[in-house]
Amino acid sequence: MDPGHNLIGGWVRDARVRSAAFQTVVAVAAIALVWWLAHNTINNLAQRGITVGFDFLGRAARFPISESVLPYSSVDTFAWAFVVGLGNTLFASALIIVLATLLGFATALARRSRNPLARGIGAAFVETMRNTPLVVQLLFWYAMVTLGLPHPHDALNPLPGVYLTDRGLYIPWPRIADFSFAMEYPTLGRFNYSGGLALTPEFTAMLVGLVFYSAAFVGEIIRGGIDAVARGQWEAGRALGLPESLVLRRIIMPQALRVIIPPMTSQYINIVKNTTLALVVGYPDIAFVTATTINQTGQAVEGILLLMIVFLVISIGGSLLMNWYNRRMALTVR
Amino acid sequence: MIASRARRLVHFTGLVFTACLISHAARAEQGTLAAVKERGYVTCGASQGTVGFGVPDDQGNWQGLDVDTCRAVAAAVFGDKDKARFVPLSGQQRLTALQTGEVDILPRTTTWTLQRDANGINFTTPNFYDYTAFMVRKDTGVTEAHEMKGASVCVQTGSTTEVIFADVSRALDLDLRPVIFDSVQATRQAFFAGRCDALITDASALASVRASQTTSPDDYIIFPANDEIAALSPAVRHGDDQWFDIVKWSFQALIMAEQLGITQSNVEMMLKSRDPNILRFLGVDKGNGKALGLDEAWASNIIRQLGNYAEIYDRNVGNGSPLKIERGPNKLQRDGGLMLPLPFN
Repeated sequence: MDPGHNLIGGWVRDARVRSAAFQTVVAVAAIALVWWLAHNTINNLAQRGITVGFDFLGRAARFPISESVLPYSSVDTFAWAFVVGLGNTLFASALIIVLATLLGFATALARRSRNPLARGIGAAFVETMRNTPLVVQLLFWYAMVTLGLPHPHDALNPLPGVYLTDRGLYIPWPRIADFSFAMEYPTLGRFNYSGGLALTPEFTAMLVGLVFYSAAFVGEIIRGGIDAVARGQWEAGRALGLPESLVLRRIIMPQALRVIIPPMTSQYINIVKNTTLALVVGYPDIAFVTATTINQTGQAVEGILLLMIVFLVISIGGSLLMNWYNRRMALTVR
Repeated sequence: MIASRARRLVHFTGLVFTACLISHAARAEQGTLAAVKERGYVTCGASQGTVGFGVPDDQGNWQGLDVDTCRAVAAAVFGDKDKARFVPLSGQQRLTALQTGEVDILPRTTTWTLQRDANGINFTTPNFYDYTAFMVRKDTGVTEAHEMKGASVCVQTGSTTEVIFADVSRALDLDLRPVIFDSVQATRQAFFAGRCDALITDASALASVRASQTTSPDDYIIFPANDEIAALSPAVRHGDDQWFDIVKWSFQALIMAEQLGITQSNVEMMLKSRDPNILRFLGVDKGNGKALGLDEAWASNIIRQLGNYAEIYDRNVGNGSPLKIERGPNKLQRDGGLMLPLPFN
């Protein structure tokens, strides 16, 4: 036997060496592809006279943002506009996650109820919401809010100081000025109400649309989790003389959560990503601000890159948090 | 509009990837003129439906001032105005589509600005001078911008309008409330649904909306947002000077023909004119075609097939159209407007 032949033959047959070789080839090919794309992009952009870089972030944005959680005016920078858009996305996402979870939980309980009416309503809600496209639902709610409500001059006034118009819902809101609290009431100007707290049709349509749509999915996840707990657990709880609500809270839910958390993580991340659709009803989320920035500056690659990084960070952050919670809730096997 | 958001995102991502993939070597070898000739037609960016500027009619033929601007280039290059194809683009997509080579020319109510000009595109000659305006219902009693304090205004994103909106609101201390959409249709629908007191965009586009989307145009009034005039100009990509020249002079031919009194109906007669300017313009005296890399009859082909600027203006946006926009700044310079014909020697 030729020892050299044996050595190479041995390497080929060695699974570890073989897989290491394959992985190296794939990794090199991937890096080469990315390098080639990046190289071409930079070349093409340079050839077309498009400047590459993030310098534009420091310039004044000059465009308006219709509403925001953080203070914004058109003299602020593109970077701040980006942060303001992110603030809107996070605020809307958090609110939707909380509300959709509550509504989803109620839906799940309704679908498991012994009352046929509650069961029917729960099933109808879930089927309607998850079988129609989200964009259609958003547009539906927006049309309802803008076409269904009166002009500010004929505003509905259900409670003193509360006005409901096609421009939004206006309610009195405390304003802190000179260390004193004062209730500020909405007042009607030539065109609109001003003062107090305003809930715009855009925000309302986005919130209602996304909460209802997401609640249907959340409800099914929770129902699946509850159903996954063996029937004997209920019976055991009842045999101990515990009331239904206590059985659900103390025995069923802790076990159901183990089934619920992993799909719920995906669902929450979906909610965050779905907020980008709010653009069709004019709510300025981060995708909206990015698109405007790209149009004003022509920095398409940079804008898309920033948007992708932001969503990646949000989604991975959410995943890590939920995974940690999942580990904490997991059954400890001794 | 329903699927447009998703489609646009896909489209947009596609554009970015196209930018990544097109090899610059392949592009540098062949000029736009050669590429267009090989392909057999000119590709132009068009609006998503602005009556008077770019919109398909009942038979699916594109009509409008911007469309005719593109057809003029087709007539110059091929001697056939119909060798032009149109790609509808949103305000957001248009610049990227031109930069990445999806379209050869962008005649799409695009305002000439420094930031755009410096970022990979060249503006040719303005084909329409416009101003930003508000449209409101007459029964609000408002007739000027400074009376608009506290009003809600529907704004379309992806345009210079939103910057002008913010500037006007600050400058006149109007505390205007923007309602911003990324689609033209959504913006207009929101205005007509009563979500906003006013709609802000180019005055010409407002005239177009008023003429085509209201049952009683007289119920609406249009007034300027500020005193700036915007030059809407067809644009081309950086890096091909010959193509830049061809597009520039194809439009110049339209206003020069008006200056010289050459129309679609008298162009054949004019070939026998004694005026050396006319003879040089129509290519009877040769030289201009060769200089641009075109047929000597390029300018006469444009006028024969499309008419001069006055004829194009009239049938698309002027008195021959539902829009009935006054010539105003779009008159020739000799008539008191801003359209200045450059010498054809």
